[in-house]
Amino acid sequence: MVSGGVTSVTILLIVFFLFREGIGLFGSPAVEQGYVVAVNQENTVRDLSPVQLKDVFDSKIANWSQLGGADEPIVVFRLNDIEQYVSYEELGDELQFIPQCLSKIIAEHPGMIAFFPDTYLSPDFAGKLIDRRNITPGEFFLGDEWFPTATPAPLFGIVPLVTGTLWVSLAAILFALPLGMAVAIYMAELSNDKVRKILKPVIELLAGIPSVVYGFFGLVVIVPLIQRVFGLPVGETALAGSVILAIMALPTIITVAEDSIRNVPRSVREASLALGATQWQTIRRVVLPYSVSGIMAAVVLGIGRAIGETMAVLMVTGNSAIIPHGLLEPVRTIPATIAAELGEAPNGGVHYEALFLLGCILFVITLLISITAEMMAAGKPKQQI
Amino acid sequence: MENQTIISAQGVNFWYGDYHALRDISLDMEAHTVTAFIGPSGCGKSTFLRLLNRMNDLVDGARLEGRILIEGEDIYARGVMVDELRKRVGMVFQKPNPFPKTIFENIAYGLRVNGVRDKAFIESRVEESLKGAALWGEVKDKLKKPAFELSGGQQQRLCIARALAVQPSILLMDEPASALDPISTSKIEELIYELKTEYTIVIVTHNMQQAARVSDRTAFFYLGELIEYDETKKIFLNPEKAQTQNYITGRFG
Repeated sequence: MVSGGVTSVTILLIVFFLFREGIGLFGSPAVEQGYVVAVNQENTVRDLSPVQLKDVFDSKIANWSQLGGADEPIVVFRLNDIEQYVSYEELGDELQFIPQCLSKIIAEHPGMIAFFPDTYLSPDFAGKLIDRRNITPGEFFLGDEWFPTATPAPLFGIVPLVTGTLWVSLAAILFALPLGMAVAIYMAELSNDKVRKILKPVIELLAGIPSVVYGFFGLVVIVPLIQRVFGLPVGETALAGSVILAIMALPTIITVAEDSIRNVPRSVREASLALGATQWQTIRRVVLPYSVSGIMAAVVLGIGRAIGETMAVLMVTGNSAIIPHGLLEPVRTIPATIAAELGEAPNGGVHYEALFLLGCILFVITLLISITAEMMAAGKPKQQI
Repeated sequence: MENQTIISAQGVNFWYGDYHALRDISLDMEAHTVTAFIGPSGCGKSTFLRLLNRMNDLVDGARLEGRILIEGEDIYARGVMVDELRKRVGMVFQKPNPFPKTIFENIAYGLRVNGVRDKAFIESRVEESLKGAALWGEVKDKLKKPAFELSGGQQQRLCIARALAVQPSILLMDEPASALDPISTSKIEELIYELKTEYTIVIVTHNMQQAARVSDRTAFFYLGELIEYDETKKIFLNPEKAQTQNYITGRFG
């Protein structure tokens, strides 16, 4: 009673703080804080999304016509380019004339886009500022680029991370479930006591190995293996991650599934055998349906382990935040992203908030999976199998 | 043929690990009779019953000596298909143990695991079996309902029907009425009486009156030994052994 209450309150608090930190992202400006993006007064383009900004500054977009403006080549200007346009004398001894110079440079170049700190914004600035606007939920949830250090506007599109997580986890479950079920059935139904006495502690030992060790194992064994077998330039792929995750999820799946299979009453098993059913028919038609809810629990716990696992995945998946098109590409999962980037994200900053929001997403994904599994198990009550 | 021996145990010894559970049991049972096994708890009567369809195979460390012949065939001989044997020797357990399926599927199960796919055949066999177990009238409108919705007595008759569906020649019953109320018990007893015409029935019971009412012959087990085996009338009215007399009259056990 009390412990249940404490647990619920703790979970609620975790969720509350996660969301409170994360939701601040949508109130933050899209352009890096303290900076402005300015264009020539004549330019008709008023609004640029973070993705467009990044493409412009990466020179992927070279002409304003691509952005709905006039046919004018884009000239990118960063603050340290200033000496190409003006002499040191013009900047002044203590660089006190930078604002005036900036204003002048922008006025002279119709195709220019400039990115500089807002402290250098002169009161009579001759250029036009690109609209300051906040990061939208659409950019966060549907954005297909995750580039938190991009300038002038960091990109927080979570699609590559979510797809990466799902790819790796689903593949891991696809590997782990058949194997885990097979071992569970073998241990619960077929093995004799001697084999079981050896197997059970070994499997439990597997559950106790720290995930860094799994990651290390993956790095030295599985990654090179995958690289060789598939002839890839790098072996650090989603496949490597899912194989490691499958191994890590196995003990949970085996233990929970085996327990539920063992809990099938002996009388029901005997009833089936007494009717002339073979052992295999009994397992397939009576034992497994009877233990379906336990098996569901095993699946959920296994997926939970796989989705939330951080370290091992971080070490073997290659960590490139690109939407994966197959298991043989490097991916980056949500937990790995949080772990890798939280250290370099300034406390309270946009990046920091984005990582917290990622945590929320992870929470929602696992919640959805458990609810689905719960409903699947409930939709098939034992009585009606 | 009348008075044909269908089950024959010859010098059966049985161990659970080190525990010598049955000592040198020999007895013959005739077709279309009801044989009751009586005796105090732990005397080995259930163990012996479960030897007849090799249910004790599931127990680790079980060991058998001697021979058990069913319809003339040694069921513990090498190469005997256990699942085939169990189709011929059906079993009803102490507690009703329906599958977590519908009433219909419970009965159909035995046919399905035997590879029967013909729907019409399964349906007619289900009806036949439920009629045979005197349950048809009560469940014919709710065959699609879960078996767990039936009462305990109905569940037990469902289990009997389930055993009948595969058409065994022998039906083993391990205290089939011990978990039931008196009305359900009397229904099961009537059923046993009717089933006798088609099946050979072996029943383990703790209830002396029940043994006296339903069986043709009675075997009294004590501490793993077969003390006395004779016509039920004789066992109850005029037993040869003092132990039997004492047990039946309730002086020990």
